[in-house]
Amino acid sequence: MSLELSESLQKTVDALTEAFPEKLIEVYQSSGDTFARIEKDALLEVCRFLKEEQHFIYLSDLFGTDRYTSDERFEVIYNLISMKNQTRLFVKVRCEEENPTVDSVSPIWPAANWNEREVYDMFGIRFNNHPDHRRIFLPEDFEYFPLRKEFPLLGIQGSIDLPQTNPDTE
Amino acid sequence: MKLSDIQSKVNSTFFVEHQKKLYQSLEDKHTTIEELDDGDPLSSKMILNMGPQHPATHGVLRLVLQLHGETIEKVKLDIGYLHRGVEKIAENKTYQEFMPYTDRMDYLSPYSNNVALCTAVEKIANVEVPERAHYIRMIGCELARISSHLLWLGTMVMDAGAVSFFIWTFKEREKIYDIMDRLTGHRFTVSHARIGGVANDITDEAMGAIKEFAESFPKEIRDYHKLLDRNRLFFDRNEAVGVLKTEDAIKIGAAGPVLRATGYGYDVRKFAPYARYDEVEFGVPTRLEGDNLARYFVRMEEMSESIRIINQCIDKLPKGPVRTDNAKQAYPSKDEVYYSMEGMIHDFMMTDTGICPPEGAEAYHAVESPKGELGYFIQSDGTGHPWRLKINAPSFSNLQVLENILDGEMVADTVVIIGGIDPVMGEADK
Repeated sequence: MSLELSESLQKTVDALTEAFPEKLIEVYQSSGDTFARIEKDALLEVCRFLKEEQHFIYLSDLFGTDRYTSDERFEVIYNLISMKNQTRLFVKVRCEEENPTVDSVSPIWPAANWNEREVYDMFGIRFNNHPDHRRIFLPEDFEYFPLRKEFPLLGIQGSIDLPQTNPDTE
Repeated sequence: MKLSDIQSKVNSTFFVEHQKKLYQSLEDKHTTIEELDDGDPLSSKMILNMGPQHPATHGVLRLVLQLHGETIEKVKLDIGYLHRGVEKIAENKTYQEFMPYTDRMDYLSPYSNNVALCTAVEKIANVEVPERAHYIRMIGCELARISSHLLWLGTMVMDAGAVSFFIWTFKEREKIYDIMDRLTGHRFTVSHARIGGVANDITDEAMGAIKEFAESFPKEIRDYHKLLDRNRLFFDRNEAVGVLKTEDAIKIGAAGPVLRATGYGYDVRKFAPYARYDEVEFGVPTRLEGDNLARYFVRMEEMSESIRIINQCIDKLPKGPVRTDNAKQAYPSKDEVYYSMEGMIHDFMMTDTGICPPEGAEAYHAVESPKGELGYFIQSDGTGHPWRLKINAPSFSNLQVLENILDGEMVADTVVIIGGIDPVMGEADK
């Protein structure tokens, strides 16, 4: 496996390999972007390491994907930026289909707060120790997770109460 | 007595559970639970619901404010009101079919959004874009930036109390609409970028209009500066209002001008140059104060820098095709479609299946939209539509900042601060 990494990114990957030999599953590149997949239970350690030792202080984005019909169905991807080294790194964790949970990184990057709520809203992945675990786009009364692959494009009929169109119902 | 009576006093009948959770989370926002005084004869503490149809909330933003007198004690935002599900739509459309939807995301600068999607698809599918198309895209993007900043300027100053200024910025915006009409064939939702290039070449008429605009606009900016920079009313309403501290900006994930107004010169055009931004000279304006006034100065200077970029692009504009020649990657031109069988077949193939990136490929590409880093993450399963398409929207990040910086401000400043953040709800809602 040969990777074309910039000098600073190579240093980061080397440091990660050295610090977490057991927890780092793979590092790979696709279309020029670098991805590091890690064990779910080491997420907080690795993120703290990346922020404090490797200057990845800015969490640009955080999102989920659905690997429908694969093992470990859901994946959460963290889009990290190091302002100092001008590099971008993606960190991935996978979680199981039944009752998916991931540790919340909002203690490390408070910016993760809304993004994690979005992932919960769309995929139903719960985040441990999240400070404000509510849905963000959809109402709390909605029971489904729309970006899961089995959710129909037209929505589910009658899944939500709509307001009365008649102004005087009494 | 606990503040648990928000629930009993506000009697929701609609989406009961949702409303309850929202009020609950307002109560829980800080670790110490505030106590509402029941024997408060003047009822100086109150819950104020602002929006979702308030003229100052830029569309459909809803704020739940807990007030003490005129001071905002804490605030929660409720942003889900459009519910279009663009990411779900994207997963069921071909890449090119989805492109017009991006116009409707950040509808104040549709050109940047088109380019953002197309560059991401080009990255994942290894499409080469002709040189001339890059320069046309840059001109379009910078015009979109000016157009978006002009709308922000007009509405922000209007929120601060000056209405006629709004008309003047719209006069300039109107000129950009006319340019877009000539350049792309549409005034508002332009849909000009294509995978592998742009839809059509820049005409002499459009070029003339752009040159004229680039020449006359700097004078307008000087006039705006003259009117506002030393204006006591404008100054007092914006200085030290909505302060985002430098050390917090990165933590809360601010993007674009909001981030740059706190001192970080993070600009995707410099960080990871796309198109031909590495071949033109421009500055990244920053300020240190992080207040509303700093955001004003940053955006005003950005408009001047955009004009500088446009002028350089016009000088450098190379000759050549505007779309890649490979019929498996881009739509053929209409001439070919109407007059050759090959062309028609390719047109049909592009519409039916579209471009197919390699299976298992992943790519993220971001551009600097007027609001900040606008990125598209695409996962492909080898078919003509994306398996997963995630939009990293700057308005979403900036609205989260808004929730944090409103605490402790005066209620009258809310509208100015929202204006200064410049959110577009169409983009925040996915």
